Amino acid sequence: MGIIASISGIVVLAIFIGFVIYMGIQRLSWDFIVQLPSRFAEESGIYTAWMGTVWIMVFTTLISFPLGVGAGIYLEEYARQNRWSMFLEINISNLASVPSIIYGLLGLGVFVRMMQMGNSILAGALTLSLLILPIIIVSTREAIKAVPSSIRDASNALGASKWQTIWHQILPASFGGILTGVILALSRAIGETAPLIVVGALVYVPFAPQNPLDEFTVLPVQIYNWVSRPQEEFIINAAAAIIVLLGITFIMNGIAVYLRNKWQSKMEW
Amino acid sequence: MVKKIFTLILFGGLFLYSCGSGGSQQEIKIDGSGTVYPITEAVAEEFRKVEPDIRVSVGSSGSGAGFRKFTRGETDISNSSREISEEEKQLAEKNGTEYQQFSIALDGISIVVHPDNDWVNTLTPEELNKIWKADSEVQQWSDIREGWPDEEIRLYGPNTAHGTYDFFTETINGESGASRTDYNAVADYNVAVQGISSDKYSLGYFGLAYYEENAEKLKIIGIDAGDGAVEPSLQTVKNNTYKPLSRSLYIYVAKNAAQRPAVQKFVEFYFNNAGELAQDVGYVPMPDEDYEAQKSAFRSFVSDTVAAN
Repeated sequence: MGIIASISGIVVLAIFIGFVIYMGIQRLSWDFIVQLPSRFAEESGIYTAWMGTVWIMVFTTLISFPLGVGAGIYLEEYARQNRWSMFLEINISNLASVPSIIYGLLGLGVFVRMMQMGNSILAGALTLSLLILPIIIVSTREAIKAVPSSIRDASNALGASKWQTIWHQILPASFGGILTGVILALSRAIGETAPLIVVGALVYVPFAPQNPLDEFTVLPVQIYNWVSRPQEEFIINAAAAIIVLLGITFIMNGIAVYLRNKWQSKMEW
Repeated sequence: MVKKIFTLILFGGLFLYSCGSGGSQQEIKIDGSGTVYPITEAVAEEFRKVEPDIRVSVGSSGSGAGFRKFTRGETDISNSSREISEEEKQLAEKNGTEYQQFSIALDGISIVVHPDNDWVNTLTPEELNKIWKADSEVQQWSDIREGWPDEEIRLYGPNTAHGTYDFFTETINGESGASRTDYNAVADYNVAVQGISSDKYSLGYFGLAYYEENAEKLKIIGIDAGDGAVEPSLQTVKNNTYKPLSRSLYIYVAKNAAQRPAVQKFVEFYFNNAGELAQDVGYVPMPDEDYEAQKSAFRSFVSDTVAAN
């Protein structure tokens, strides 16, 4: 049963990817990567879209990585086991399953309007950070839990302070797992469309962002727009853009696997 | 190693940040209808060749969502495939946003069926109303006209987020938003095209461009509003013989924005080129004199705003 289930999953995925590559590969070229969007499908490119995606991802990482890992360490190492921390824990796991458009609405209300950031990269990155924070926190805690308690005891026995133990023993030992969690969370963020549309990602932005308060577009929004056009050529463009997006996601997941393996093989006690 | 990664990320951010060279503050923000989006995108694309320093960005969040931002003063120009509603007018008033509406192109809503459908060639607005009204009793083709097959009719149309839905329901059912709800409401018209072209007993409506791109997969229905059946086409929409489903597409320009030379240049450029560009992307241009009329209306709107200050 299990084999059939996993094979059928892979087959469906392979059909999707094969179909997209079959459709989109003809449009994939250097020009496609460096040109601006255009009303002519053949001259249209995704330059501003992937630039927007890169900007959004860099800022999402800058915000969510320290916050998420910090929160994970606090909850696992410092927080006392009481009702309050139970309450936090349940909330964090629940937040991980909230539909992404809700985060978009929250972002629109808080970052775009209340904090006056406008439809900017910063507002988009903050919204995506909220979206992936629960995933990062949970995976950080799991990674820390996986460190054998003998390491902790040994470090304490040698007179290391709590923070020294965390910084020099626990973190290096669990960092592979933490990074994997962070990168998988970021791979989720990169494909999000709905919350960014709500926050105000535009479609035609003929300039690359120059600072975090600039307006932006991202790859999934560009793809969404092209798919709904009447002209067949735009749908081919969308397929080509999907290949690029898939490529970026695969690279990120590849990095995650590499880092995990590297850290795991390094850690020997 | 942990430190290294933190530093790397930090410097990555700083690097991107420093790439910025300030840039000019001549920005024009546009959002609104997904139907009008391709025209505005085309105009913005051409405008950029003439005025590379003016940064025009265009969104496509839908007529309604566009007006929500526009009435709050968050955008300079709003694309719309319908006229602004009473509610939205009140919002604008409350927020002190003044604006004017300009027509920029035409579109015909096409009624389409499967190509193997050999019994329907024309429909009247009354029959369309009978099919689509809120409490419609039409379940089978034979419910529309005697002699048509006793087969279930499957309907496709845009969902409520579309300006096309508002316009169609207002024109055919007499009230914007009044429609039966047991039809396949699509967000993306290509889904409706796919559904209709694979189902002999289906019927649907959407903008002319979607029919023209898929003409071999669909059959178009003429509308008989009393003067014989007329099919939508470039000519019949332009000379207004395709009734009652021809509509104007609009841009709304905010008064504050109209004081800025960049916006003035852009809107003038819009009227000079919209006809040709609209046709490029699948819409119907207005007659030339209408563009001239819109242009002079915009000029007096601008001089009013300037005089008022």
